[in-house]
Amino acid sequence: MARYIGKEMSRVDGVAKVTGKAKYAAEFAVPNVAYGFIVNGSIAKGAITAIDTQEAERVAGVIRVFTHLNTPKLGPKPASNEQAPPRGAQEEEDKSFRALQSERIFFNAQPIALVIAETYEAARFAARLVKVTYSPEPHVTDTETVREGARQPKQGPPPKPRGNPEEAMRNAPVKIEAEYRIPIEHHNPMEPHGAIALWQDEKLTIFDKTQGVYSLREHLASTFGVPPENVSVVSPFVGGAFGSSLRPNYYPALTAMAARELKRPVKVVYTRTQMYTGHGYRPYTIQKIALGAEQSGKLSAMIHEAVHNTSATEEFNDNTTNFTRQVYACPNLFAPTRITNTDLSTPVWMRAPGAVSGMFALECAMDELAYELNIDPLELRLINYADVDPESGKPWSSKALRECYRLGAEKFGWKDRKMEPRSMRDGRFLVGWGTATGVWGAFQRPASATITLRANGTANVASATSDIGPGTYTMMAMIAAEYLGVKLEQVNCELGDTKFPRAPSQGGSQTTSSVGSAVYGCALAIGAKLLELANQDAKSPLKDTAADDIEMLDGRLQRKSDTSRFVRIADVMKRHRLAEMTETHESKPSPERQKYALLAHGAQFVEVKVDPDLGTVHVTRVNELTACGKIINPKASHSQEIGGVVWGIGMALQEATEIDHRYGRIMNPNLQHYHVPVNADIHAIETSFVEEDDKIVNPLGVKGMGELGMVGIPAAIANAVFHATGKRVRELPITPDKLL
Amino acid sequence: MRPFKYTRATEPNGAAAAVGANPQAKFLAGGTNILDLMKEDVERPNELVDLTRLKLAEIKEAGGGVSIGALATNTDTANHPLIRQNYPLLTQAIVAGASGQLRNMATNGGNLLQRTRCQYFYDTAMPCNKREPGSGCGALEGLNRMHAILGWSDKCVATYPGDMANALLALDAVVRIKGADGVERTIPLSEFHRLPGDTPQQDTNLQHGELILAIELPKSNFAKNSYYLKVRDRASYAFALVAVAAAVELEAGAIKQARVVLGSVAHKPWRSQEAEAALAGKPASAESFGRAAEAAIADAKPLAHNAYKVELAKRAIVRALMRASKLA
Amino acid sequence: MNEEFHENSEPELSADEEALLNEMPALADVGLTRRRFLKQTLAGSLGLFALDLLAHEQALAALSPSPGAVFADKTAENLVKLALKVNGVTKRLEVDSRVVLLDALRERLGLTGSKKGCDQGQCGACTVLVNGRRVLSCLTLAATCEGKDVTTIEGLAKGDQLHPMQAAFIKYDGFQCGYCTPGQICSAVALLEEARRGDVSHVTEDVSATTTQLTNEQISERMSGNICRCGAYPGIVAAIQEVHSGKKTAQTWGFVDDQQLARVRKEDGNAAV
Ligand SMILES: Cc1cc2nc3c(=O)[nH]c(=O)nc-3n(C[C@H](O)[C@H](O)[C@H](O)COP(=O)(O)OP(=O)(O)OC[C@H]3O[C@@H](n4cnc5c(N)ncnc54)[C@H](O)[C@@H]3O)c2cc1C
Ligand code: SF4
Ligand code: FES
Ligand code: FES
Repeated sequence: MARYIGKEMSRVDGVAKVTGKAKYAAEFAVPNVAYGFIVNGSIAKGAITAIDTQEAERVAGVIRVFTHLNTPKLGPKPASNEQAPPRGAQEEEDKSFRALQSERIFFNAQPIALVIAETYEAARFAARLVKVTYSPEPHVTDTETVREGARQPKQGPPPKPRGNPEEAMRNAPVKIEAEYRIPIEHHNPMEPHGAIALWQDEKLTIFDKTQGVYSLREHLASTFGVPPENVSVVSPFVGGAFGSSLRPNYYPALTAMAARELKRPVKVVYTRTQMYTGHGYRPYTIQKIALGAEQSGKLSAMIHEAVHNTSATEEFNDNTTNFTRQVYACPNLFAPTRITNTDLSTPVWMRAPGAVSGMFALECAMDELAYELNIDPLELRLINYADVDPESGKPWSSKALRECYRLGAEKFGWKDRKMEPRSMRDGRFLVGWGTATGVWGAFQRPASATITLRANGTANVASATSDIGPGTYTMMAMIAAEYLGVKLEQVNCELGDTKFPRAPSQGGSQTTSSVGSAVYGCALAIGAKLLELANQDAKSPLKDTAADDIEMLDGRLQRKSDTSRFVRIADVMKRHRLAEMTETHESKPSPERQKYALLAHGAQFVEVKVDPDLGTVHVTRVNELTACGKIINPKASHSQEIGGVVWGIGMALQEATEIDHRYGRIMNPNLQHYHVPVNADIHAIETSFVEEDDKIVNPLGVKGMGELGMVGIPAAIANAVFHATGKRVRELPITPDKLL
Repeated sequence: MRPFKYTRATEPNGAAAAVGANPQAKFLAGGTNILDLMKEDVERPNELVDLTRLKLAEIKEAGGGVSIGALATNTDTANHPLIRQNYPLLTQAIVAGASGQLRNMATNGGNLLQRTRCQYFYDTAMPCNKREPGSGCGALEGLNRMHAILGWSDKCVATYPGDMANALLALDAVVRIKGADGVERTIPLSEFHRLPGDTPQQDTNLQHGELILAIELPKSNFAKNSYYLKVRDRASYAFALVAVAAAVELEAGAIKQARVVLGSVAHKPWRSQEAEAALAGKPASAESFGRAAEAAIADAKPLAHNAYKVELAKRAIVRALMRASKLA
Repeated sequence: MNEEFHENSEPELSADEEALLNEMPALADVGLTRRRFLKQTLAGSLGLFALDLLAHEQALAALSPSPGAVFADKTAENLVKLALKVNGVTKRLEVDSRVVLLDALRERLGLTGSKKGCDQGQCGACTVLVNGRRVLSCLTLAATCEGKDVTTIEGLAKGDQLHPMQAAFIKYDGFQCGYCTPGQICSAVALLEEARRGDVSHVTEDVSATTTQLTNEQISERMSGNICRCGAYPGIVAAIQEVHSGKKTAQTWGFVDDQQLARVRKEDGNAAV
């Protein structure tokens, strides 16, 4: 019987967070720190012809103004407007944009100078005094205008059609075709990106907001031409990131550059506005979907074509249509994602990248098809249930989606839904019920962790991954406590530092599966080591015990099958004169995984109430049904699901980055004009976990859920809005003006 | 933010004189608007005269009505028993704005003088006649979903974004002012804010150095039947797409007099005398309200992205009047 | 910038913290400034995760400027002298008139619990209490705080005893990344007092009547000036409701049990999935 795993646990870092003692990157106290303030450009494309920093330099307290004219060359390659090779995997060569490397301007609000001063106030003021002249060139920032020029990304082979989609579409007795649009969106974590850098000889220490200390280390090492070991990255707490700190952004290198040049610590923090051009965004996405079906509702053809923008300097591809291939059983399918260049900064992964965009379009289209067929939308999904992976033909390692649909319908009360739009009311409000499917990969990547178990029963667990909010500290502590058989309070956790063993960046909902498995492996290794030590004693009661038949509990190493046979761990350690034992373990995805299709699934049910006169939409009720393997900490998992719903509400109803294409400039780069949900937007959200017993995915049987909970929500809301109002809004966000 | 001299005013005459004497000086009240704009380099005073220690925060009965100190906070004003009982419309309007924290800081004087939220006004890299006369209006042919449908000029299409002033206008408020020379005068709220015309840089008819002392409300017959409606993109903490301050005085089911003020549709709180005239003497009903709403927006000229505001304003007027007359 | 930290402005340390400070070997021979520097950072950082963080800052505190480090002439303009109380302790500062309270706390007083999320009044992360009322410290000039009483997140707990609001936030998981949390909690603490006074809100039906009991809808509206991008709103409301009224919020998650599963599988005719 598990002591911790699957139990509701409060966060072990809770006290640090509610007392204000948790330190985020820009908060470390460093003596003699100087403050940097970034100056941003004001054209979208062209070149700087002159830059005058004299007035800025005269400001009291200003130390130096860096521009492309006096900044040393950084990195393996300066930014250029050549097509960079594809990227995606973090291991690939780092072509990240590095600032102040040339006079070229690639996007509006590009960094063009960095002012360093003794105080933040002086730096901010002087930044306003830097004068620039440009020679502008024509730019394109509107994806719509370059949609036709979209191309297949270089990354990966071009997608193959399955069956004969065109012909099947022609022959389909029932068809729908529609186009959906998602604007650029920004992550907007509450903590602005920032770093403090200091050099001691050729060694760099940087406190940074990052989802991956190792990837930043490598980026900085190549930027400055120093060995990676010379770079320590520290990032113990991250105030949200959602993908915005997965790639090295331009500011850490800039900060470290200034610190190196000035031989003193430098701190640079983005303003909220700078975040809109400083870390990427969800790309502008246009999707065209055609679905063909039999009268029975069986899908016979799916054509799902997505186009989204990238920058002119780098390829980014969020694989918008990726999951379309795996969600429904359909013999004929074509689902390419193409990209097109714009003179904007490069997009990046943003919570549930690709999936939430693709599933918004697909799941709205399924709803449209349901209405075309006059089949209940949930029923339509069950009719097309994929019992094996339609793409590979492989069996699922586990898939409890059908249970999610059925139980979700029950909990939500779906059977009382009237099919007819505008048929349900609550006073003056129109009521709408919508549903959608959620899907996300069950990823696992190689990861290492280390555990030190002390003779006094306390333990330390460390790994380099970050905790951006999902509760990684707590998850690690729980797994360690569970398998070391110690109390949670006896475990101390450390994360987010290159001094700890390598682990993947925190993103893509893979931390628990990857790092959790490593922690589990460490605990097993400690058990095995203890068994070996114990059995060096001829009288050991554990003689002839199989390694997989031992467990640790409350200071004992015991036989699982006969707990009366045990040794005291403290005794074993004492006998071997060990104050502590340390094991580092690298967990790797097992080859078994190759034989299966691995996905996490969910079903989402949403109720909206729409004010028919004013067009305002309230999401009054959400039921999230989640099938993502084993749940380690339901309390934190539920919070993740809630977060996903809140994000889904933002995406469906509020969020859009607006560009004035005449200038190619983002015009709402702040939290007053770019709306994210506030407390009053959020109502009842319930989560039900349909646990899957899946020993294929990884030893802990866990699949990720940080992204999953968001994936179906925008579609479910849009479908509910249609049900309420009879209006099909295919262009997000669904603001009041679109419903009048 | 440019360097500035900070001084703490101890009495009104001195404050007005200090700002009057320096063309680049400004008053500082709650700071919620001016500091934001100073950080963005939109406002560039070289001196701030802090008003917050002035004894101008009183809310008291005066001349049959109520006088509200310019330095009283939005929170204290909205929650004052005199206001809640006699001018619930004002309470509703204030609490529809900003957030709890901001209302604790925001003063009534500062609130009247808050500047537009036009995105181009905020971004010093963009043209804006209000910020930099002669540079052009970025919003006119740019992004203007939030902008004016009434009373705009081709020099500026910005809206006055505030809520409180809409209610004050409906309640016939008068602004009491002290000049740099120490002389007091009053301006009715209806003449306080301006239309942009050729000088959008000037939001109001207040002169430099003039200090707002108080806002005076006459006795009101609207306490029973008024409603403030704010339509926005999210449930709270957002500026209005359209707001309506509606008030009616009913006599045997008929409308004796009415007030209809639209917010966020023009460069100033927009009182529709046409709507009010259409309501006078009519029964309180959805039909009368519909006609009044048509009258209110008859002259509306939407821009590329805000045509929805015309329809929304109409519906919002009807809804607000329905609520005010307790028919919805 | 000339900033003076007078003796009486030193952070108060608990006995434990004092002991820890004295234990640090690197400190044995450091001068007063550095010791004071460490004290400042300590006062803000001791806690569950403090030791590791402390190790970093301790190492840093011992840093002396590198040879050749570049400094500007510190000719600050428009200095304002002020004395204010922060978490009960008088602080004397001399700051540039442009310094906002938030930066004074974070960059000058080592109190990094108050967060900067936008610096423009648009997020609530910087919420602190000034004279008991919640305000945004990013839009408050430090200079205007002369003689005022400032309470930050660091001042809510009594020693190891968490403020009930802090404990309730942990209980209901009213946060994830924790960055908005200090602002949320300060806001929530002030909100309790506003409720006691009978203050109205945007969702108050009848503003002329007085109620002191808040519904969840009331709490949501009143907390809408504090954005949480992690979306921890339901937990935040539950935490505040419990501290406000004692009402506990029922759990909104659950595991689907085997019986339920067996039933739907049977109904579905798909016994095995
Ligand atoms: C994120 C955010 C959201 C907001 N949402 C809303 C909203 O929804 N609705 C709404 O109505 N408002 C909203 N506001 C605006 C807020 O209400 C105003 O900023 C506030 O009322 C201004 O008052 P203040 O005292 O802080 O003014 P300050 O910023 O101190 O001053 C503003 C201007 O008024 C001048 N001034 C101040 N007092 C006087 C005086 N007595 N005499 C002469 N001049 C004076 C100052 O010199 C300055 O030019 C919001 C603000 C923010 C930051
Ligand atoms: S609408 Fe007015 S404030 Fe906005 S850009 Fe035009 S001139 Fe400036
Ligand atoms: S930092 Fe003050 S409101 Fe965002
Ligand atoms: S807990 Fe992350 S922003 Fe609120």
